[in-house]
Amino acid sequence: MPAEIYLNVAVSGLLTGLVYGLMALGLSVIFGVVRVVNFAHGEMMTIAMYLAIVLFAAFRLDPLVMMVPIAGVLFALGYAMQAGLISPFINRPEHMQFMLLVAVAMIIVNTLLILFGPDARNVQTSYAFDSFAVGPLIVDATKVYAGGAAIVAASALFAFFRRARIGTAIRACADNYTGALVVGLDVKRLYALTFGLGAACVGAAGSMLVLLVDVTPALGPSYTLLAFVIVITGGLGSMPGALLGGVLIGFTEALAGLLFTPSAKSMFAFAILVLVLLFRPQGLLGKKVA
Amino acid sequence: MTRSHVAALTRRRLLAGAAATASLLAAPAVVRGQGAPLKVGVLLPRSGAQAGIGQDCWRGVEIAPSILKDLKLPEFAVMNGDTETSVDVARSRAEKLISDGAQILVGAFDSGQSSAIAQVAEQKGIPFVINIAAAPPITEQGYKFVFRNFPTAPMILGDAFANQKELFEATGTAPKSVVFMHVNDTFGTAMAQGIGGVMPRFNMPYKIADTISYDPTARDLSVEVAKAKATGAEALLMVSRLNDAILLTRELVKQRWSPMAVLSMGPGWYEDQYIKTLGKLSDGPLSFVPWYDPNKRLSKILEAALAKAHPGVNLNTNHIYTFEALLVAADAYKRAGSADPKALADAIRQTNITDNVSIGPGIQFDQKGQNDKLKNAGIQNRGGKLVTVAPKAASNAKPDLPMTPYDKRA
Repeated sequence: MPAEIYLNVAVSGLLTGLVYGLMALGLSVIFGVVRVVNFAHGEMMTIAMYLAIVLFAAFRLDPLVMMVPIAGVLFALGYAMQAGLISPFINRPEHMQFMLLVAVAMIIVNTLLILFGPDARNVQTSYAFDSFAVGPLIVDATKVYAGGAAIVAASALFAFFRRARIGTAIRACADNYTGALVVGLDVKRLYALTFGLGAACVGAAGSMLVLLVDVTPALGPSYTLLAFVIVITGGLGSMPGALLGGVLIGFTEALAGLLFTPSAKSMFAFAILVLVLLFRPQGLLGKKVA
Repeated sequence: MTRSHVAALTRRRLLAGAAATASLLAAPAVVRGQGAPLKVGVLLPRSGAQAGIGQDCWRGVEIAPSILKDLKLPEFAVMNGDTETSVDVARSRAEKLISDGAQILVGAFDSGQSSAIAQVAEQKGIPFVINIAAAPPITEQGYKFVFRNFPTAPMILGDAFANQKELFEATGTAPKSVVFMHVNDTFGTAMAQGIGGVMPRFNMPYKIADTISYDPTARDLSVEVAKAKATGAEALLMVSRLNDAILLTRELVKQRWSPMAVLSMGPGWYEDQYIKTLGKLSDGPLSFVPWYDPNKRLSKILEAALAKAHPGVNLNTNHIYTFEALLVAADAYKRAGSADPKALADAIRQTNITDNVSIGPGIQFDQKGQNDKLKNAGIQNRGGKLVTVAPKAASNAKPDLPMTPYDKRA
């Protein structure tokens, strides 16, 4: 097989992995701070994807341009969910949180089914079929834009948590819940903000993914599972870990499909997960719990 | 005397009344069947990965009642069962429909789901008419209540190779090598298993450079296309579904690979959603599939009915075979004169419908419950429409081969 094929596939996997990473970043942020596992993560992303489709169909607005407004809408949704629905469950047993969010996921899937039907939908941008040729390398233009946007969105989030006062306060909540309460931080509000930020990541990722895949209401659960695989591989609660996990999974799936059989490419992603759980249970960049 | 007369009369009346009640209870379906609409449980994947095709099959259900009425066939009441593109759900929905009173089942587009429903139908003794499913084992189990008016994988493959050769000879163009790409579900696997046995019989002009199987629900098929392109093959030999056919076409364009031909032996490439989604890029693929004879009387009626109910939607396999499954059910109900499952199954076994839509002499079932006389066609996407290019006897257009490269289209 020509060498450039490997390079083409590797670059493609890397770019897709960046978008996966941004999606999983939202899950990791929420768990890292609020300590709630969002089992409706993929389903929330399908909301963002449908928003992008509706905006494109009605006003021809490019999903990449609409990434920020859609992330804003998902932020508001996430904030409202945490403040109004999840907050009373914060100190309840984990199985109750699980049931609550699974119920939310099912409601989202079925609402989308009622609103949009089961048919696959997509957006056809002017660059949907474009590709860049760099020597022997042919790169999907949409993946380049989506991967670039994922890097920008992730960098903005990292900067927010490092530089902004609210970001620092959120990190304080994550590090020491009681301490945050003692120094007078409004933890409830900060939790809602965090959930909103996690949802905004999903919103941004959904705006990009709608350029790469067709969306159906049933798409959500597979992305929830993918997000779990990524964050557990990268380290639950670790933001750089989520990005690394996304890139690793995207890259592995692509190369496994090329080197072995494409039918089994997901198997390799799960194999990585099993290996990580066996030899580094806290994930690649996760902190070991004492 | 009077007393004795009264006693004897009462006993007789009691016995007669008891016998009447017993017969009424013992054969409720027979009694209800007389004149009442037949309760048909229609099982289709109307959500999930195959939702697009399941919805398309449903259009065949929607247009059936008025046509069957014109054919002087009895009424039927449809009971809807969504399989959610899941074998387990298909099985449980079949059980639910039967417990809710379905007297016959129709469906389910997919081989895996149809196999599960066939088991339930056989166990419960309710006739099941398969609209679309090609895996051979379904009608090889010795089932008494399962009937399939759809070709098996070897039948599809045999006709596909014969029709391809006809087209290659007609155009003087043929690929020297192909990549065989197939979905790894029940249908795709059955086709892949059958190709090794069937293809050598036809002395095809091409060799299979590589075989690539993939998940029909895959989110991204860029690796698969890159791998296929790397073989240097001149054409694609496909067994796919709808969503993956769209994904594959996008990848072909993005990876700047225009094969001489896309030779499909399954759904996907001729579907209305494929054409609408891809526009000009949807032109060119050749599908060698169970189809309809455009020259048959009932085909024209079906075309007109679909055009009225769903303007702009092309008549295709999904509509035709779903309609024909209902035609089989209604015809059997009329001849059986009863909704008794055994009487219905016996009537279906005796089916002989010659005024039909699909290619071939008509609808008859062999001892296994298989219509083994069906013939397939070669069709091509042309300007948003579908034309039949093979076999010549059932064609309405000439083939366009090689297909126009993707980068040369407006």
